[in-house]
Amino acid sequence: MTDQGPLIPRNRAIHPEPYDPGYKTSVARSPFLPLLSMESTPSEETGPRFGHTKLGALDNNLILNWTKGAAPAVGERILVHGRLLDEMSRPIPNALIEIWQANAGGRYRHKKDTYFAPLDPNFGGCGRTITDENGYYEFLTVRPGAYPWPNRANDWRPMHIHFSIFGHSFAQRLISQMYFEGDPLINHCPIAATIKDRSQLDRLVAPLDFSKSRPLDFLAYKFDIVLRGRRQTMFENKMEGM
Amino acid sequence: MVQKLETLIESASQTAGPYVHIGLMPTYAGNAGYYDEEIGTTPFLDESKAKGEIVEIVGSVFDGTGWAMRDALIESWQCDAGGVFPGDKGADPAFTGHCRFAADAESGEFTLRTVKPGSYKGRGGVESAPHISLWVVARGINIGLNTRIYFEDEDNANDPLLNRIEQRPRVNTLIAKKTGDGKYRFDIRLQGEGETVFLDI
Repeated sequence: MTDQGPLIPRNRAIHPEPYDPGYKTSVARSPFLPLLSMESTPSEETGPRFGHTKLGALDNNLILNWTKGAAPAVGERILVHGRLLDEMSRPIPNALIEIWQANAGGRYRHKKDTYFAPLDPNFGGCGRTITDENGYYEFLTVRPGAYPWPNRANDWRPMHIHFSIFGHSFAQRLISQMYFEGDPLINHCPIAATIKDRSQLDRLVAPLDFSKSRPLDFLAYKFDIVLRGRRQTMFENKMEGM
Repeated sequence: MVQKLETLIESASQTAGPYVHIGLMPTYAGNAGYYDEEIGTTPFLDESKAKGEIVEIVGSVFDGTGWAMRDALIESWQCDAGGVFPGDKGADPAFTGHCRFAADAESGEFTLRTVKPGSYKGRGGVESAPHISLWVVARGINIGLNTRIYFEDEDNANDPLLNRIEQRPRVNTLIAKKTGDGKYRFDIRLQGEGETVFLDI
């Protein structure tokens, strides 16, 4: 197999600090000792492939997938779309993207969520897809509601969709959240504020995108995602195709 | 002004939150039947045909107060019993190498049932002792935590990662203890006394 080179070390400065007292739960769940840094090995550079997994036709359609197409979910209909790239700007094809979210009222379909906004009988709240050959993906869903959560006395989560992304390497694994352009709650959220570099938080805010909005049907939001890349130099690894 | 770098910056992580199971383990979240085929419920495509020793690793993820977390979700990735990663040439076709498992909501204990990995040679021909890579996420974990499981009954003396750990007692935090035939115990401590060695690789 051609050596595609080690993974580019993670730039921890752009990520949240593990310990952030503003987000109370992180206080007892953050390592105090430094991480052990090392160049990547096959254990980190390889990763699972999901070719054997049969995705259902409605898996990326959260408006219909809970009822298997029988009835649509309540809420503002939106298309969420974008590209998955690595740090070298290369599209990542055949990558698994999974999302989960609250319904239009801000309630999750989870046994632990007891918020009194009602469940929508037609909304489950999760979806998944595989990126195409250009790293492109799409989900059809409803805009999730904001909701209160127990942290400080009156904290609210901005509208958001959780994203879980598999690249081709296990150490590219990433979970993040997509926020919505113009949501005033972003500036008040202790979880969003775990990212200290505002320009990096801004990259998690999806803009309204009329180029993909379908008239009389749905609005669109664009959300591009970048995963770690791999270092290839002519001095240490053979370039692909050489 | 110097030239502009054209490399992109990785997207920032955010916590998986309390409801991560909805997205990754719908049955666990109480939403069984959401997908025709759930991802990662087992690392086997056909356990009866998988090569190597089947092992069960039981443990808990403890927070800094010593509480076994009820909401941790873990993913594992490993090579097969022959030291080949699934997807590579010659890999065991009955084994995917990837599993998702969660702490039990009542006991806080998780179980990983898999094959014991073989050893492999990495870049430069350096041999690693058998190990399983883990990635731990939960509410309150702002960026997923990477670590590894090694095995008490294997020769770990020359492993390149374990040998980089300066404080030798900390090596034990990465080594599963044998509790019976094919059974191991591996606890993860996020913080404080006995804190697990987490990786930045």
